[in-house]
Amino acid sequence: MKNIKSRVVVTGMGVVAPNAVGVSAFAKALQEQTSGIRFDQQLADLNFGCQVSGTPQISDELLSENFTPLQLRGLKASGLVYGVIAGKEAFSDAGLEVAPKDEAHSEMGIIFGTGQSGGEKFREAIHLIDDGRVRRLGSTSVIQTMTSGISAWLAGELGCGNMVTSNSSACCTGTEAFLMGYERIAAGKATQMLVGSTSDSGPYIWGGFDAMRILPTKYNDHPENASRPLSNDAAGFVPGSGAGAFILESLESAQHRGATIYAEVLGGALNSGGHRGDGSMTAPNGKAVQDCIRLALKDAQINSEEIDAINGHLTATSKDAFEIKNWSEALHRNGLDFPPINTFKSYIGHCLAAAGSVELVGAILQIKHQQIYGNANITNLHQDITDIINSKCVSTKTQEMRIDVLAKASFGFGDVNACVILKKHDS
Amino acid sequence: MQENEIQQELFKIVKVYLPQDVKENAVKLDSHLMQDLGINSAHLVDIALDVEDAYDITLNEKDMEEMQTVSDAIKIVSQKTS
Repeated sequence: MKNIKSRVVVTGMGVVAPNAVGVSAFAKALQEQTSGIRFDQQLADLNFGCQVSGTPQISDELLSENFTPLQLRGLKASGLVYGVIAGKEAFSDAGLEVAPKDEAHSEMGIIFGTGQSGGEKFREAIHLIDDGRVRRLGSTSVIQTMTSGISAWLAGELGCGNMVTSNSSACCTGTEAFLMGYERIAAGKATQMLVGSTSDSGPYIWGGFDAMRILPTKYNDHPENASRPLSNDAAGFVPGSGAGAFILESLESAQHRGATIYAEVLGGALNSGGHRGDGSMTAPNGKAVQDCIRLALKDAQINSEEIDAINGHLTATSKDAFEIKNWSEALHRNGLDFPPINTFKSYIGHCLAAAGSVELVGAILQIKHQQIYGNANITNLHQDITDIINSKCVSTKTQEMRIDVLAKASFGFGDVNACVILKKHDS
Repeated sequence: MQENEIQQELFKIVKVYLPQDVKENAVKLDSHLMQDLGINSAHLVDIALDVEDAYDITLNEKDMEEMQTVSDAIKIVSQKTS
């Protein structure tokens, strides 16, 4: 009976983020605390309250490296573009080879999620359909607008023959994909999994949040200050976009290939508050959040004292203090005993479905470089936060530190939670 | 419109859709778009749209079915533009 879990490691990463494209550029941007939040003319033209966004800057050169001229014709799904670039970067970073022409990699699968795909392409299609010109849609409307377009595209480019799918769980999507890929390898059902998530840019994906009045509106003249997680004057999350991608692999395969190992995935947990207790469509059920963190520790066989650092969800809404409370109660740690915690959202905004994967890239880079990146835009820590933890746990400067075990969590719209536990790998 | 003008324009349209391992000089008058040139069936739809745009014509179901080779396409365009 096969009941011993395979150990799983990260052997490749790729990222398209608002403040940098590519893993090494992203590491530099986070180390140097570079903001990717900019004034967004399109949002201004459309009368959005929030006219700033975290939109990745994609050069024509990068596009032509990743897409053929034919693929670029009529390509309007920005999330698909980000996901393909990040996915291919992770694949090549891991030193893997594209499958030969007549045989797919049967041991390699893909779980690459998104919230929706190609809103702008869908808009174009809707106009044509409503005008009675459905036949003018062309052949790429389906691939650009279906949720699984990103995983299907990558499967074809790379030749992946194991499970190929796209998950969706709002802000948890990337962290969930990461954990589902981990579980598949741990269970012996695949050797390598390309996992990650992506999210479109633009008014059609961000509009609903502007309408809910949960985006900051008073920073249109100074975008870099708009995203203020943990601060007493946090004013809502800045809409962002991008993609993060990973090659997860069995330790055995990684060692056999002599692959570079970024970190080991010790385990994690996924759950939901079911809109019970204080949970709702938009608010987290605190008990479920704490359960998720505890279940992740249990799955990873780690004690709470062993957590050296936390990369939070921390979006810059009024829920940040509640998140700190849940971490503190789940770990039974407070004051100065609470682990150093940070969030990258002050630099990249909330990348929605891509948040978990983009931030996981940063979290894993912290383990690799043994440093914790500084937080930004904190006027004063919210008092409900300093009531629980010491302000020294929230550094505003990037610092060298020993990180053996790191916890990363994402908490999503719909009352869904994901927490993953990562460990430094000593080869 | 002259047939050789149409031919040049059609060659230009078709070349965009060639798989990466098919050379541009493989496009001949009697080339079968799918069998000889390896063009994905989904892209035949896009070729038809490009042809419509290039000549300001509309291709119906029957035209699409008959458009198997480059010379088929030339014939259809010549009829519609004469």
